Amino acid sequence: MKIFVCVKQVPDTETKVRIAADGLSIDNTAIKWVMNPYDEFAVEEAIKIRDLNAGSQTIVIGLGPKKRVPDSLRTALAMGCDEAILIDAPENLDSLATARCLAKVIGQEGGADLILNGKLAIDDNASAVSQMIAEFLNCAHATVVSKISPSPEGFEIERDSEGGTKEIVMVKKPAVLGANKGLNIPRYASLPGIMKAKKKVIKEIDSASLGVDLSPRTKIASLELPPEKPPVRLISGDVAAQVQELVRSLRDEAKVL
Amino acid sequence: MAKILILAETQNGKLKRSTLELVTWSRKSGQSVSALLWGSAAPAGAKELGQNGIKDIWVVESAGYDTYNPDMCAQTLHEVTKKTAATLILGSTSAMARDLFPRVAARMNSGVISDGTELQLQGESVTVKKPLLSAKVLAKMTFDNSPVQFVLMRANQLPVEAPSSSATPSVGSGAATGVELHAVSAAQPLLAVVKQVVKGASEKLDLTEANIIVSGGRGLKEAGNFKLLNELAEVLGATVGASRAVVDAGWVSHGMQVGQTGKTVAPSLYIAVGISGAVQHLAGMSASKVIVAINNDPNAPIFQKATYGIVGDLFEVVPKLTQEFKRILHK
Repeated sequence: MKIFVCVKQVPDTETKVRIAADGLSIDNTAIKWVMNPYDEFAVEEAIKIRDLNAGSQTIVIGLGPKKRVPDSLRTALAMGCDEAILIDAPENLDSLATARCLAKVIGQEGGADLILNGKLAIDDNASAVSQMIAEFLNCAHATVVSKISPSPEGFEIERDSEGGTKEIVMVKKPAVLGANKGLNIPRYASLPGIMKAKKKVIKEIDSASLGVDLSPRTKIASLELPPEKPPVRLISGDVAAQVQELVRSLRDEAKVL
Repeated sequence: MAKILILAETQNGKLKRSTLELVTWSRKSGQSVSALLWGSAAPAGAKELGQNGIKDIWVVESAGYDTYNPDMCAQTLHEVTKKTAATLILGSTSAMARDLFPRVAARMNSGVISDGTELQLQGESVTVKKPLLSAKVLAKMTFDNSPVQFVLMRANQLPVEAPSSSATPSVGSGAATGVELHAVSAAQPLLAVVKQVVKGASEKLDLTEANIIVSGGRGLKEAGNFKLLNELAEVLGATVGASRAVVDAGWVSHGMQVGQTGKTVAPSLYIAVGISGAVQHLAGMSASKVIVAINNDPNAPIFQKATYGIVGDLFEVVPKLTQEFKRILHK
């Protein structure tokens, strides 16, 4: 089975965010970049499925600026992926352009049986690229996936719907699947894995050379920091008084009851 | 003039509140508005849409649509978008629409903006406000060169209002009422087949759409103590959530997790019980309108985001709180 995993680099959640001078982007100078947490589930699943299916191959693809994205590709290689491809692209391509590039490269590399992504990236929370890749490759997709069982025709998957409901879906091969938490527990890269990953050659492709439309369909018109929250109102007194005052405040002041 | 198409959703035979939010906004926009809905509950939902001032309604009355099939639903949404010549497709950030919209957007060479909290129309173009980077930044997003604008709005962000009674048409008695119903035939599944649906234990609203959430963390000490929160939630009609720590400990299912690797929520009222407030948790709930924190550690980071706080023993506070809500709400 030929398995592609797409990973995105995102700012670490602990990173302090500043708006750049242009007012339209994030100041990148002090950001710590990490692999999107949901993509770790995708990488882990790709390695697991490869190991259970003899003759399989895992290829990790990252898209973004060459100066930072290879770090996450090395992480995926160190976890156990076989090969890596960097699509060198400007910051902040939108979802549609990103999906076009990924679909094009996967096609150029001979196509896939399975494409694994995280269900969403925690920076823009968009949850769009998996579905768009599937559309461009004219194949099945499923997102929020918490279990994958390969079968001869495709994959039987479980996905988490609303209110704890699970849907069991048979998707045809090839398929694009978006990993949810619960799919697996991602491994840590081993020291030998890290050493091996350092020696691997990452294949580089320039996004501008792909012949796809990179122009955005969505763009940021302005950025602002959220308004400062007023400090918490701590309610004092004994428990009975605290509880009465809290309920009164919620009803009469905040008016949320 | 924009042409709006709302993807309407029902739950237990009624329109979701999130749908009514989109209906209210669209009706007040003064644009031409259509709505699409599907499944066994579609006729009931269509009636409710008519009562709420929507005059052009597209219906797939088919039990095959009761469970979401991305393949069939994408064909239908694409078809109706073309037939209505809609330029703005509105949905709420539900499990279904979140999965569906990007697929159809790609089919139409268009973009999607999700997680919207505010929506503004200027001529044909919308501007959508949405949080980025765990709500550390708020962005105003616009479309550029997108033939169709696909927008997913978070629930509980827009007001719901009934139309003035004179404007209310009734459905079913033909053209005189001004409501036009279009039957759409069901699509065939080509790429995916839903084999089985395992219902969750909860009939409550999903966390992402709940108006009140009661959420528990490690301070509850053990899984069984979640019953304190279930009792509180029962009185408030709330949905119960949880922190990552207790999900990872196996106390509750992952579907209940609020935060970075769980759900992003924005209810009117979020009550955090025994949750210290790791940055990953705050990322998922800091957009809530009013936040109550109950924790025995006065230095817990959750108090920096909270509107009201009680520093105390949750095992004393929560049962009394349940009693007090019961007294106030049911007298």
